[in-house]
Amino acid sequence: MDAKRNDLLTGFYEKMVLINTVESSLLNLFAEGLLRGTVHTCLGQEAIPTGVCAALEPGRDIVCSNHRGHGHFLAFGGEARPLIAEIMGDASGVCRGIGGSQHIQLGNFYSNGILGGMSPVATGMALAEKRKGSGGVVVQFLGDGALAEGVVSEAFNMAALWSLPILFAVESNGFAQSTPTALEHAGKLSARGAPYGIPITELDGNDVLAVHAAAQEAVGAARGAGGPQILFMNTYRLGPHSKGDDPRDPAEIARHAEQAPIPRARAGLDPEWCDTTDHRIAAEVAAIIQGIRSARIAAQ
Amino acid sequence: MNAPLPASTTYAKSLNAALLEMMREDERIYFLGEDILDPYGGAFKISKGLSSAFPDRVITTPISEAGFTGLATGMALRGLRPIVEIMFGDFLAIAADQIINHMAKFVTMYGRDLEVPVVVRTPMGGGRGYGATHSQSLEKIFLGTPNLTVVAPSHAHDPGQLLRNAVALGRPVLFIEHKMLYPETLLASGGALMIEPLTDEPFPTMLMKNFSRGAADVLIVAYGGMSRLLAPLARQMAEEEINLAIALPALLSPMTVAPLLPLAAQCGRVLLVEEGTTGFDWGAEVAAQLYAATYKTLKAPIARLASRAEIIPTSTAGENAMLVGAADIESKILELLA
Repeated sequence: MDAKRNDLLTGFYEKMVLINTVESSLLNLFAEGLLRGTVHTCLGQEAIPTGVCAALEPGRDIVCSNHRGHGHFLAFGGEARPLIAEIMGDASGVCRGIGGSQHIQLGNFYSNGILGGMSPVATGMALAEKRKGSGGVVVQFLGDGALAEGVVSEAFNMAALWSLPILFAVESNGFAQSTPTALEHAGKLSARGAPYGIPITELDGNDVLAVHAAAQEAVGAARGAGGPQILFMNTYRLGPHSKGDDPRDPAEIARHAEQAPIPRARAGLDPEWCDTTDHRIAAEVAAIIQGIRSARIAAQ
Repeated sequence: MNAPLPASTTYAKSLNAALLEMMREDERIYFLGEDILDPYGGAFKISKGLSSAFPDRVITTPISEAGFTGLATGMALRGLRPIVEIMFGDFLAIAADQIINHMAKFVTMYGRDLEVPVVVRTPMGGGRGYGATHSQSLEKIFLGTPNLTVVAPSHAHDPGQLLRNAVALGRPVLFIEHKMLYPETLLASGGALMIEPLTDEPFPTMLMKNFSRGAADVLIVAYGGMSRLLAPLARQMAEEEINLAIALPALLSPMTVAPLLPLAAQCGRVLLVEEGTTGFDWGAEVAAQLYAATYKTLKAPIARLASRAEIIPTSTAGENAMLVGAADIESKILELLA
């Protein structure tokens, strides 16, 4: 592995471990009764937000995210503390505790909890950026389940019709909540954008370097007047859909865990450095949570 | 904010002229909708001439009401000021998720106020024989939605000016136009009728009176297309020496009855009229608010008229029987005075 590739991978590894640690901590907080409502974690899908957002220009490009958006927020430059505080319903959160897990906005980051609903909104943002001549590209993250929503097809059509600078980043984890893809979708799911003439790249969404390379190419094409792009990234959600209640076979999950993005990246890195990094990030996230809890107790 | 009414222009021309002016003045304004390009100029011709004058900012859309309503929200979040035309108000049901769960939510859902300057304008109402899915007054579904302003100018208003005020608001506005008002000449004081604004707000309540001396016998509160029935009825009843004060709010939601209270207290008889179907309607909210504030001075229970809670028939006889009409209003007034 060359030095540049190694630098990229170490950076991606740190980001993916941060996402993984935050998500695991949120599930623990839920179990402790310190979170209310719901959380949808992206455990096992860390490569997609990490690789895609690394291909974006902060301040110029825009991310539209969904219910499973913590990883997108962290990968797009959002800080862990205000995110965790937000999800804990704390007034120091990124949206003062009003938005919560699924409704977060900061700078050029927007998320909402209606599946597929952000597709036309993101497309409108791309239209605005194109008309303003900002050179900005919009990335909309959506899952395979959301592809069944009608507005996603409407957005594909409009984005292609008007050749808009948008990347639809599909995180295909094989399940819509508890329903496997085969029970929900007819036809070839990865080809959904093809009738509109949108270029589609299907790839292994657990290979962070591959995701990054594909995203760079797709974002570059969108920015260069190539119109909308689709990345169809195959992955697997290792955690439950939300906070528990996972009907999948544990053996199946364990099999996928071996192929998850973090162990895959780790195989190309120094194991000692990885261990040190894991511990450092775990301590940082634990300190953040402890800080929020202490402030909450002090305020009571 | 509200310029004097232009002399003898129609409701449709007022809107069309306002659109042309606004787009000339502000490059952030875009106009989106189905079949809006010249020479067709929109199903009701409100966008006539727009695409010729501003070809880059008038965007004809696919038949995707949810899609292009969401599109407008995204444009608004990124600094543009889109105006969306939904060809028939009935189709708002298709765009409801984008309006309720996206456009209106973004205003305050993120813990601070975001500018979401989108105006969604659409024709509602019956009277043209379009049948059950092209004649409804569905605005009541959207009343009370947080962060969504619902405006419905009557033809005693200057609809073009109200549209300008809607665009200037910087927040999502649902702008309801009764399709039977489009060809109507805007009302102005004259003959038996005196028309004046009751409030000085971006979306004012207009007061139409058919008497110059004495007090009102009945206060009628109605909105939008009901002015088309009420103006001739008021003229007719002036000859019968029945004094009517007709308040026509343009702002349906959020709504306060405060400006109506002096009139309501003075005459003690109130009739609420709307074209939407009866039950869980605009009048219910107005009645509840009015009652709480005026029950001590009411001389009769607040009366309400709306259309029957049925689908709208296509046949002339069926549609006339189902929709609230001038004869229904007249008999209700006489009932109140009996």
